[in-house]
Amino acid sequence: MQIYLPIAEVSVNAFLLLGLGGLVGILSGMFGVGGGFLMTPLLFFIGIPPAVAVATEANQIVASSFSGALAHLKRKTVDLRMGTVLLIGGLIGAALGVQIFNTLKAAGQVDLLVRLSYVIFLGAIGGLMFIESLNALRKSRAGKPVSTRRKHGLAHSLPFKMRFRTSGLYISVIPPVLVGVLVGILAAIMGVGGGFIMVPAMIYLLGMPTKVVVGTSLFQIIFVTGFTTLLHATTNFTVDIVLAVLLLVGGVIGAQIGTRLGAKLQAEQLRILLAIMVLVVCGKLALDLLLQPSELYSLGAAGGH
Amino acid sequence: MVRFLALLMCLASPALGEEVVAGLSQSRIAITTDFDGSEILIFGAVKREAKIVTDPPLQVVIAVAGPSQSVTVRRKDKRLGIWVNTDAVKVDSAPSFYAVATSAPWPDVLNNEEDLRHHVSIRRAIRSVGAGVADSEDFTEALIRIRQSKGLYQTNINAVQLDEETLFRTSVRLPANLTEGDYHARFYLTRGGRVLDSHDSVIAVQKVGLERFLYRMSRDTPFWYGIMSLAIAIFAGWAASAAFRMFRA
Repeated sequence: MQIYLPIAEVSVNAFLLLGLGGLVGILSGMFGVGGGFLMTPLLFFIGIPPAVAVATEANQIVASSFSGALAHLKRKTVDLRMGTVLLIGGLIGAALGVQIFNTLKAAGQVDLLVRLSYVIFLGAIGGLMFIESLNALRKSRAGKPVSTRRKHGLAHSLPFKMRFRTSGLYISVIPPVLVGVLVGILAAIMGVGGGFIMVPAMIYLLGMPTKVVVGTSLFQIIFVTGFTTLLHATTNFTVDIVLAVLLLVGGVIGAQIGTRLGAKLQAEQLRILLAIMVLVVCGKLALDLLLQPSELYSLGAAGGH
Repeated sequence: MVRFLALLMCLASPALGEEVVAGLSQSRIAITTDFDGSEILIFGAVKREAKIVTDPPLQVVIAVAGPSQSVTVRRKDKRLGIWVNTDAVKVDSAPSFYAVATSAPWPDVLNNEEDLRHHVSIRRAIRSVGAGVADSEDFTEALIRIRQSKGLYQTNINAVQLDEETLFRTSVRLPANLTEGDYHARFYLTRGGRVLDSHDSVIAVQKVGLERFLYRMSRDTPFWYGIMSLAIAIFAGWAASAAFRMFRA
């Protein structure tokens, strides 16, 4: 069934969109990631204009993280104070990101920016995750327990310290604000929630306990992607609600299935699978930049949006 | 004097020659949610007082043009090992959709001079000053090539059926990725490459219903559209997961 998307102004098969949403939903449920970093490139591949894909994906992430955050709030695994600090950084970052996005869009380089960001971040995260989980897998095979150590690093020595009771931390607010800014910029440029950056940063950089990490990042993501959606909707007019709802319905159902599948697999195996998947998407995008495209020319609207 | 002559010619030509009487199967196209392109039938007849002249033969050209917009055409080049947009040419005005159908090969239906005057062929329908880059022709060609591959630009030679030098018809396929606006169907009657008469009909292409509502809202009140999108998305996400839980329980 073809459906005409009012903002993207293209006609797409509705079942394809539901299926894509479902597929990414299954993966995100299995691995506990938002899935924005997979969905946005997939939307490029099926011919949704990149600007619409990024803005609409931000809108979809609001919804998919909302139900997750509610569950975490009920279980009291959200550090609201830390979330608020991250959020302040995130809002600044989102505003900056949309500015960068619009400037480069006018210069005709937004495609390059989005693709390059994806290649760099997916490559780095995927590579690190792959090596780390490979090591962990080898250690657990050898029978040694995986050691976790608490670092006393940068976050403790900088000024403007604040007490975060839920996380049991007394650290400077500068690192979390900076993490927030970075995630906000990524949300605006790449159409992702940024969980894949924020979760490792919270664990390794800020030293937060693992049980509050996911809830807190979801809490921050709702507001940052919500703000990003509004900015894109008011400056670029690129949020397509019909597209968002179709992806969402598929995504939510997929996530429920994925969570059940994920419970049957081992944590290390899951992480290696996720790492491989991230590297595959990264490789595909990198090839597009490196190989000569079949059509060297592209069309863009002139002047304004 | 000049005006008088012009008036005289205007009055004189229909009497001597032939006029188009045109029709369209649809004068409105509604872009609904399940819009998947449309086919319009374009037909008409030639009205004449005198006897039919057969040499040179009568020909018909029909062009359907969507609203014109300026377009930036960009070209990629290899920089530091990756393909980056480098040169850009702004095409001042290019129709968002253009289909031209003829009753015979080009040189027989329209000469160059008349094409320049009436902007009938795709190349002539695009207005480009082409400043800045030496090979701006390549950019215009790329624009035509890209839009042709999307079905937005069509040249259909011999697609107009002409019966008894009087009745003619053709059909034009409008693809799903249409822009809104007034589309003009222009009819030209020609003999020996010269235009005898022309006629212009308007086809209104409009988003309707939900499509129109959402599109207008996103442009007129973008802030509230954004808020509404967030609310709908959150509700849909919550409803879908609630439904799934109920289904399982």
